[in-house]
Amino acid sequence: MSVRRLAAEQPKSFSFNKKNEEWAKKQIAKYPEGRQASAVIPLLWQAQKQAGGWLPEAAIRHVADMLGMAHIRVLEVATFYTMFNLEPVGEYFIQVCGTTPCALRGAEDLIKVCKKRIGEQREVSKDGKFSWLEVECLGACVNAPMVQINDDYYEDLTPELLEKLMNDLKAGKKVKVGPQIDRQYSAPSGGLTTLKGEEK
Amino acid sequence: MTKIVVDGKEIEVPAEYTLLQACEAAGAEIPRFCFHERLSIAGNCRMCLVELKGSPKPVASCAWAVRDCRPGPNGEPPVVNTKTPMVKKAREGVMEFLLINHPLDCPICDQGGECDLQDQAMAYGVDKSRYHENKRAVEDKYIGPLVKTIMTRCIHCTRCVRFTTEVAGVAELGAIGRGEDMEITTYLEQAMSSELQGNVIDLCPVGALTSKPYAFQARPWELTKTESVDAMDAAGSNIRVDVRGREVQRILPRLHEDVNEEWISDKSRFIWDGLRTQRLDKPYVRIKGKLVRASWSDAFAAIADKMRGLDAKKVGAIVGDLSTTEEAFAIKALMDAIGSPNLDCRQDGSVLHPKYGRASYLFNATIAGIEQADGLMIIGANPRREAPVINARIRKRWRAGDFKIGVIGEKADLTYDYAYLGAGPETLADFVKHKKAQLKKQIWLIGQGALARPDGEAVLSMFAKSVHSVGGIADGWNGFSVLHTAASRVGALDVGAVPGEGGLTATQMAKAKSLGVLFLLGADEIEVDSDAFVVYIGTHGDRGAHRADVILPAAAYTEKSGIFVNTEGRPQLAKRAAFAPGDAREDWAILRALSDVIGHKLPWDSLSALRQRMFAAHPHLAKLDQIVPADASQLAALSKLGGEAKKTGFKSPVIDFYLTNPIARASAIMAECSRLAAGKLPQAAE
Repeated sequence: MSVRRLAAEQPKSFSFNKKNEEWAKKQIAKYPEGRQASAVIPLLWQAQKQAGGWLPEAAIRHVADMLGMAHIRVLEVATFYTMFNLEPVGEYFIQVCGTTPCALRGAEDLIKVCKKRIGEQREVSKDGKFSWLEVECLGACVNAPMVQINDDYYEDLTPELLEKLMNDLKAGKKVKVGPQIDRQYSAPSGGLTTLKGEEK
Repeated sequence: MTKIVVDGKEIEVPAEYTLLQACEAAGAEIPRFCFHERLSIAGNCRMCLVELKGSPKPVASCAWAVRDCRPGPNGEPPVVNTKTPMVKKAREGVMEFLLINHPLDCPICDQGGECDLQDQAMAYGVDKSRYHENKRAVEDKYIGPLVKTIMTRCIHCTRCVRFTTEVAGVAELGAIGRGEDMEITTYLEQAMSSELQGNVIDLCPVGALTSKPYAFQARPWELTKTESVDAMDAAGSNIRVDVRGREVQRILPRLHEDVNEEWISDKSRFIWDGLRTQRLDKPYVRIKGKLVRASWSDAFAAIADKMRGLDAKKVGAIVGDLSTTEEAFAIKALMDAIGSPNLDCRQDGSVLHPKYGRASYLFNATIAGIEQADGLMIIGANPRREAPVINARIRKRWRAGDFKIGVIGEKADLTYDYAYLGAGPETLADFVKHKKAQLKKQIWLIGQGALARPDGEAVLSMFAKSVHSVGGIADGWNGFSVLHTAASRVGALDVGAVPGEGGLTATQMAKAKSLGVLFLLGADEIEVDSDAFVVYIGTHGDRGAHRADVILPAAAYTEKSGIFVNTEGRPQLAKRAAFAPGDAREDWAILRALSDVIGHKLPWDSLSALRQRMFAAHPHLAKLDQIVPADASQLAALSKLGGEAKKTGFKSPVIDFYLTNPIARASAIMAECSRLAAGKLPQAAE
């Protein structure tokens, strides 16, 4: 992880669309009077979704004003959690897990693919479709190596499988979420090794 | 009370004490960076680790309460050790971590010599580092014209963040990022807006936040330190004036639990560059419309000329806002000797008068009393601008909860919530015949914004009636509280520096066409629009000096010894920290010399003789740092004044916090702050 800063180029203003506004009000109502600040993370998350996967500075102010918080308090939250992207990301934002288990199982090759197809970390590809970031453990070590693309995990990857995945996403094809090889969730690859027969 | 054993010594402490407090009660010294008595507990520096018997790890003593300790198997009191090898090792380890990223720039750091990290590294650290990697570097932040940041030095104690949020009441500083990338900053590097922001400099245990105006000026061991009293507002904050050579280098707060705790306002702290500029260091006499440098004897001769044969009724004097009580007493004695009743200390036209009794112009509830109060009504005052330190005390009480605050006057951001009741006298009138309030200890705070107006007496009367009717004055509690804006005011009222029988008030004197000679004792807040011969005794080339016909250069509040009585009626002694520049003299000496020249020699030859006379006449002034409670029964007479109050709303007399007196108006730092506050200064985008 490195120092995270707000993006240099920012939209001038931000406000929730009608649907999100309604949703935000419901979130805020969950908390007792005077504790509205508790809704800051859900609201920031929704703002990030609405703004296209990243959090503009105007959104930070908008959320702060909605919750009656000081701007700096919301900025603290937004810069603390790495799930809030402070710079624009591609339509498909690939977070490559680079922690030990994934690294041992070939995460570096996945990173090479990303570098080749997209460019450096945090850069958005020319067509706006992709950007990537190496992140710490995403907690799916059994299925290493893996990446997270937007909200979903894509596991048991090889460079070829990742390229195919990216091609499919770019082409707008439907892709399979989860393990990309013949494997059920995190069950053993190549079929079950125990509990094969009927219960006796 | 709970028993606890600290380093083998059994003591009894309240259960809500933290281990750190318990250890201190037992006489053990605990190092700390993030912990501060007046701020919430953060527990993030880990320097205060101690060994707690039964706990496998050392515990942070600042964040561990005595009541959280488990007793021994047979109910023995908990055992804490602060001198064991485990504690020593823990402290060395923490210190090593803190120093991993702390730059070794002490030789160029302004905190050097008074740095907690430096001192504690000496006392608790080890003499070498095992760290060979590059140190972290952090970009410096712009957080305003007063506080300089060198953020690489920051150890993330978050004292500054907690201070601005909790005490100053403006959530402007924050810690962005996390872990090693955590950085203290304001939102997008905006300037801080608090008038107490300078205190973060004192709070910062390292050199990350230092004083911008004082940067690279002096080392702490070169400075002569004088304990004195602030004159920027009527709170009477205790200060320490640090001087090198002839010049004041900086001003720091001094601890006084009953007055300023350990905070001072930015005006008190950063005023000192105004003590160097625009100073009057030579007497001047106006010849053919132009002020010309003169000797003291020429200046005195010019005054004596004018005074000769002049009817005593045609002489007047106005006492300014920065004068000491001795000076007010001396000029009163001089006017009495001349036989003139025209003397006033109320430049702003306030109606407060000693004839109504001492209780009628004091903050009777006292500043420390704010913490016992259960309700506060603010009338015609903006305490945030008029006395920021008192405002911080109100905010402290408000944060403790169960404190009702009402405001009649201007709507303003006071850093706490209040019920806004109305703008002017007609709202106050609602309380004149009000039923007794449930609250037992109410404070009714009235500012000069309600009293310094033509209908001030009527307002004062209504105010007194209201305080009585709602039960603001009870047994052992006097909630009748006047907030003054001038440091000299209470002292001057105490010695009776008000118009005598048939005398003119300050406002009348300033406009009077018949006055022959008018003495201005540092009075700069009043526009003198009379044809009188004006003698200005003061320090700065401000409004008074511009109008003057003779200027007698005097000493500023850091250059003379004198008593200032604060708004509570607490006499405090300000001491001389430096000498007045050039030919300037202390005011009492000028008045004494002047009295001789005009043939009414005052009966003292030294300041102590003057003081003895004053103490004899007003014994309560001799009780330094003690409040002699004023007789509340005098206030009943105040209610009978009556009169018709106008409907105009109350307005605080302090419009620009940073420019309330001649010293502040001569200060470049205050000018910058003022422009910034008014939104006229483009903020530096670094």
